[in-house]
Amino acid sequence: MLKKNLLAPFIFSVMLSIVFIGCADNGSKPGTSDAAEKVYVAPGEYDEFYSFMSGGFSGQVTVYGLPSGRLFKVIPVFSQFPENGYGYTPETRPMLQTSYGEIPWDDAHHPELSQTNGEVDGRWLFINANNTPRVARIDLTTFETEEILEIPNSGGNHGSPFTTMNTEYIVASTRFSVPIPQKDVPISSYKENFQGTLSFIKINPDNGHMDIAFQILVPGFDYDLAHAGKGPSHGWAFFTSYNSEQANTLLEINASQNDKDFIAAVNWKLAEEYVKQGKGKEYKSEYYSNRYNNETHTAVSEKREKVLILDPADCPGLIYYLPTPKSPHGVDVDPSGEYIVAGGKLATVIPVHSFSKMIKAIENKDFISDMYGIPVIKYESVIAGEVENCGLGPLHTEFDGNGYAYTSAFISSEVVKWKLGTWEVVDRIPSYYSIGHLMIPGGDSQKPFGKYLVSLNKITKDRYLPTGPELCQSAQLIDISGDKMKLLLDFPTIGEPHYAQAIPAEKLMNKQVKIFELEKNKHPYGVKSEKETKVERKGNDVHIYMTTTRTHFKPDNIEGVNVGDKVYFHITNLEQDWDIPHGFAVKGMRTAELLIMPGQTRTAVWEPQREGVYPFYCTDFCSALHQEMQGYIRISGKNSNTKLSFN
Amino acid sequence: MNLSEIILKKNYLLFGIGVMMLAASYFFPIWTIDLNAPQYPEGMGLRIWADEIRGAGEHDLNNLNKLNHYIGMKEIDPDAIPELKIIPFIILFMVLFGAVVFITKNKKLLLAWNIILILFLLIGLYDFYMWEYDYGHDLNPNAPIKVPGMAYQPPLIGSKQLLNINAVSLPGIGGILIFLSLASASFSYGVEYIKSKRVKNVK
Repeated sequence: MLKKNLLAPFIFSVMLSIVFIGCADNGSKPGTSDAAEKVYVAPGEYDEFYSFMSGGFSGQVTVYGLPSGRLFKVIPVFSQFPENGYGYTPETRPMLQTSYGEIPWDDAHHPELSQTNGEVDGRWLFINANNTPRVARIDLTTFETEEILEIPNSGGNHGSPFTTMNTEYIVASTRFSVPIPQKDVPISSYKENFQGTLSFIKINPDNGHMDIAFQILVPGFDYDLAHAGKGPSHGWAFFTSYNSEQANTLLEINASQNDKDFIAAVNWKLAEEYVKQGKGKEYKSEYYSNRYNNETHTAVSEKREKVLILDPADCPGLIYYLPTPKSPHGVDVDPSGEYIVAGGKLATVIPVHSFSKMIKAIENKDFISDMYGIPVIKYESVIAGEVENCGLGPLHTEFDGNGYAYTSAFISSEVVKWKLGTWEVVDRIPSYYSIGHLMIPGGDSQKPFGKYLVSLNKITKDRYLPTGPELCQSAQLIDISGDKMKLLLDFPTIGEPHYAQAIPAEKLMNKQVKIFELEKNKHPYGVKSEKETKVERKGNDVHIYMTTTRTHFKPDNIEGVNVGDKVYFHITNLEQDWDIPHGFAVKGMRTAELLIMPGQTRTAVWEPQREGVYPFYCTDFCSALHQEMQGYIRISGKNSNTKLSFN
Repeated sequence: MNLSEIILKKNYLLFGIGVMMLAASYFFPIWTIDLNAPQYPEGMGLRIWADEIRGAGEHDLNNLNKLNHYIGMKEIDPDAIPELKIIPFIILFMVLFGAVVFITKNKKLLLAWNIILILFLLIGLYDFYMWEYDYGHDLNPNAPIKVPGMAYQPPLIGSKQLLNINAVSLPGIGGILIFLSLASASFSYGVEYIKSKRVKNVK
């Protein structure tokens, strides 16, 4: 009887919980064929956008198609890449040169596309190295890293590389303040000895070459992120800072005490004037500029010895501080260039500053104080509005070009859509889980393509089939074309995608390089035909001028090399056909295999350790007779007299 | 003046245009061979000009030779084909001869021009066929890929499947100009012929 009495309530409660679970699940599963149709790119068809995602701790950049979420390429940037030899070959090792020597890895955070008239133009992609301060430039006709510039006087390059609206400059701010120039001082002397820098890196419009135009010495806070002004605010750049408390230990507590930290507004056009007037001081600073050339197929490292530094104390009007609540993280300028949105990560509102109010406040000298000679503008005089109910832990904001802003909220794990001008929240959608950056194609430019939003998440948990303790990182594609945001797709990413950028496919797809012209190959060890192949001995160095073509190496039999020699396989791929790279590997080679693009020359360095005959072969399935693409090198004993021969 | 009168009067002008079209053929590919294969969605091909053989794309000839070595086909080397040095002179000769015909307006010379051009065309097509035959059949016996009974002769005109490659052979702009040239010249002769008949009848 008791059983019977309990059965009904039991069934009722089970059904109720099913209803609840069902409701709770609705948000995470689009569950409609509508979403599937929107992300489906039929075989042989193309995606609408190229998306470039930072590899985070992988140090690389990955290229994905949107809306499909398909991975196209991993572009090696700051980390060695054994699958094609990047960072191992003599041609590419100079790319990783720094004042600390060769560094084979880094932590890459923020990809940034070059712009013309405030629009993404598809010339270059820049990305920062957070650990050993550097910025890299990737050419978007070859999708290869062409340049890496070290940034001196920086403790960590987080706040970069954000572009001005015509890519006059990309900017970089130091995350950690340090003694400038470096010196041996007690850490507790932070307030007295530590400073930060904001760097302005000039971009040569003809070839993209990067040079540090000047650095600005700033008070010793942590400088976090940046964005340049556009439209009316063109000529200014904005940098967030936290730790205005200037704590040097236990920052999670000690740097969270002040009610407001600062956004530094820098008038870089005025900085140019001050540089012209000779207000800059030359600081001795050692750093490296590494540039790759597509004709010599080789990178060259150049040591630089000095950098020009502006001190705001000598340059009135160069910087103003905008008080901004609670350790702001992102700083994002809306497409009109009027609103400067801060992500006060511990704040309960999103503060939005007004550029025109800022200019007026500067004219009226509406300052509340002065920090190390930098005027602090009164909060009420610069604020345009505060977005209430914006979620917990707001970090970054992007724009759709239709008057709406989208802010990522890390702690409440959601994207919040709000209206510029009225500051009211109009929609919100959960992210799975703990969103960091978000990205709308062109969303930080003057011309966003407001169709999709990508949520770049920090935590993955149960979203995919589990793979042990280490899980993939996760991105989510959200449709923002309607009034309500709609989740379309989850897709895994490589490394941690901090920020990403995207550009319409038609801006890049028709200008892709398919092969390198063999006729233009100026590699010092490159050859133009099989007739020029040879083997030369110079002391203990043996240089093999080798070619690849379908389906053989020339030469493919080499004798007369001894233990103790250093063997350089300089391999030119004679192919001039699209998508016919050849690979190279020799048994026991302790560097990396090679992948050689058509018309390119790459060098594998091999130090044979033991006598014998060693095979080498092509590692990229190139043709029907790929398995036959092989050869032998004979290694004789140390000081042996085996005659040098090859065929 | 009605149309037929215009044609009768300006007949040699039509012939002159035909000769100019023949001259123009030097500046365009005479024949085209296009090749399609699963691995070549972008296609590749050959363009045969009066005095040279080029790839449809910059590196097509080189790439085609690379592929052909698998079946043991000889390298297509434009320098090794003597016809490419002769054809420009044939065109030059026909153009100069055509100028003489145009100036003298001699009906017999016009007929001769027509006959010689037809002969050259027939010889040319036969010669082209023989080159195709030679490339398609004279294969290196040590070639990696040997398919018993298989020859790789591309079609003279039309399409043909050769292993994974579909070859389509068609006249190029230059070839079309030569045919148009012949058409206008023979039409001119036809008109002259009718004219002379009429004159006889009137007599």
